[in-house]
Amino acid sequence: MNNTFFQNQRSRESLLSQLKTMSESKIAQLKNDLQKEHISLIAAQANAPRREQKNYDTLILHNEQQMKIVNDYQHTQYQRLIASDAPKKPIVKNTLRAFLVGGLICVIAQLVMNFLTINTTLETKTISGLASVSIIVLTAILTGLGIYDEIGRFGGAGSMVPISGFANSIVSAAMEFKREGMVYGIGAKIFTVAGPVILYGTVASVLIGLIAYLGA
Amino acid sequence: MGTKIGQRTYQFSEDIYIHSYATVVGRKEYSGPLAAGFDYHFADNLHGEASWEKAEQKMQQYALELALSKGSLDPSVLDFFLGGDLLNQIIATTFTARNLTSPFLGLYGACSTFAEGLFLAACLIDGGFAQYTAVNASSHHDSVERQLRYPTEMGVQRLMTAQWTATAAGSYILGRQTSPFRITQAVPGRVVDMGISDNNDMGSAMAPAAADTIAAYLTDTKDEKLPDLIITGDLGVLGGQICLKLLLNQGWDVKNIYNDCGILLYTTEQDTHSGGSGSGCSAAVLGAYCLPRLEVKQLNKVLLVGTGALLSPASTQQGETIPCIAHGIVIESR
Amino acid sequence: MFEGLLQAFIVGGLICVIAQLAMELTPFQITPAHILVSYVTIGAVLSAAGLYQPLVDFAGAGATVPLSGFGHLLAQGAIEKVAEDGLIGAFTGGLSSAALGITVAIILGFTTAMLFNPKG
Repeated sequence: MNNTFFQNQRSRESLLSQLKTMSESKIAQLKNDLQKEHISLIAAQANAPRREQKNYDTLILHNEQQMKIVNDYQHTQYQRLIASDAPKKPIVKNTLRAFLVGGLICVIAQLVMNFLTINTTLETKTISGLASVSIIVLTAILTGLGIYDEIGRFGGAGSMVPISGFANSIVSAAMEFKREGMVYGIGAKIFTVAGPVILYGTVASVLIGLIAYLGA
Repeated sequence: MGTKIGQRTYQFSEDIYIHSYATVVGRKEYSGPLAAGFDYHFADNLHGEASWEKAEQKMQQYALELALSKGSLDPSVLDFFLGGDLLNQIIATTFTARNLTSPFLGLYGACSTFAEGLFLAACLIDGGFAQYTAVNASSHHDSVERQLRYPTEMGVQRLMTAQWTATAAGSYILGRQTSPFRITQAVPGRVVDMGISDNNDMGSAMAPAAADTIAAYLTDTKDEKLPDLIITGDLGVLGGQICLKLLLNQGWDVKNIYNDCGILLYTTEQDTHSGGSGSGCSAAVLGAYCLPRLEVKQLNKVLLVGTGALLSPASTQQGETIPCIAHGIVIESR
Repeated sequence: MFEGLLQAFIVGGLICVIAQLAMELTPFQITPAHILVSYVTIGAVLSAAGLYQPLVDFAGAGATVPLSGFGHLLAQGAIEKVAEDGLIGAFTGGLSSAALGITVAIILGFTTAMLFNPKG
């Protein structure tokens, strides 16, 4: 019995290498055969004595792989067919907008830095931190007022990559999930997007710290 | 009793009608080209409710109540209430059903839910199980955004292939009493997955399913008069274009009678990119665009093809491709 | 008052342009969270290699405000604390240097959510 399945799968290999030459109905027939074989295999495995059951695992796996080959072929054919239909991406426009919005956010922060440098005696590092804080405050207000999502729609990566994008992801998640309550809503969802940033940022900093320690 | 014609098409007996119907939409939809056709609109996306989900439920309830009122029916005459939406566990529909005394059957076919509901309601009536059956479907832009994508206030750029989930609900009461709209045939869809996994490109994902259903219908009914309008639920600009191409490859040129609910719902200035989508989209457009034209016999036979992308946030994150479905339903003027 | 603005604009803008192009040109979909995570990580790595500080010196806010600057902050914090406190510094340095930004964002996220409702 096992041998018949094995033979069938072997002889199907050559068919699978000629998918290109086959008509759609032939391919449909092939998929139908594969499906029937899968049904027989599962039934045979279910009915086999317990210690022989695992003998079917490879056959079942092989059947599924063959089905995947046919599906993948059809998917590629479809991709090819629709490739010319894709709407043109407005890459130049979006890139210019990202440049403009991202640049302007940094300019605002730089203005804050310049102001603090002239008018205070704070350290450069603190000033740079406060400049970021000013952007975060501005973002929180604009998000609360329902304006930042429009900036994001316009600016794309330009509004996402600066620290304002990080702040917006925290503020918008907190606002959105307030309706699910203080703990499971705001509490659990506030870091939906910012959480991964903090996670990988922390992991990176610890690794770098360890390397610095070992290197020193 | 209905009969099967050809491989996949069903012919209902002569007496199934859309007794009455009503549509409720949000502000953006009400600013679109079909504004005059809707029965009710919400001035904002909350309509005084505490959440998007509650607002969506209200839309469904209003639509059902208006449909009952337009048909001069008491809720107690409904033998069944069918419906669905896009929220997890279809809560907009189930919470609407909680005010009703009729049996409720919840449906999920993503954006094809409405067409699926019409088919099942027609079957229930045709089989003698019901006199009147209500079918509801809804979607809400913001409830879908927060569930499938991002918080509504998060600044994210939308892609050119992306579609805009409509804030809309429709309620249709089917019965045996004569009305201008007769449901005559249906082609239930099968699941087709052509390997698209981008959830920002539902049009490309759903087009093969729609083409499959339309081709099945056209083949099964090739001796009959063609519909005056084949209207898909929410393929959008890109999906519609691909669907027509797939049909043409099979020898069906239906370009002149084809349209899409998602495209009709908005103007291009409304910046929806590839058009509207959502379970409420086809439910709203059928009532605001197709049925009024059937009533004055500007159209005589419409094939509505509700299209659905059967994905979930988990399947998207796990990199699964998107299985899609399309159910066809034929509505003729009497 | 106006010195360094042009550098900040150009460098900050260009850093964003790289992300925009990455999103536009890759055939598969890159989400905002993926971009943010990559920027923090890449920023930290560049910083550890000593390549990010020169950019900060040249462009000021243009290099510190993008999230790669956040990564730079984390990396430098860890390196400096290791120099002061040894091994323990590897664990305390990163987050303590970024504490101001993270805390302000969290507190403002919380208060904004208390004060405003999403408009959709």
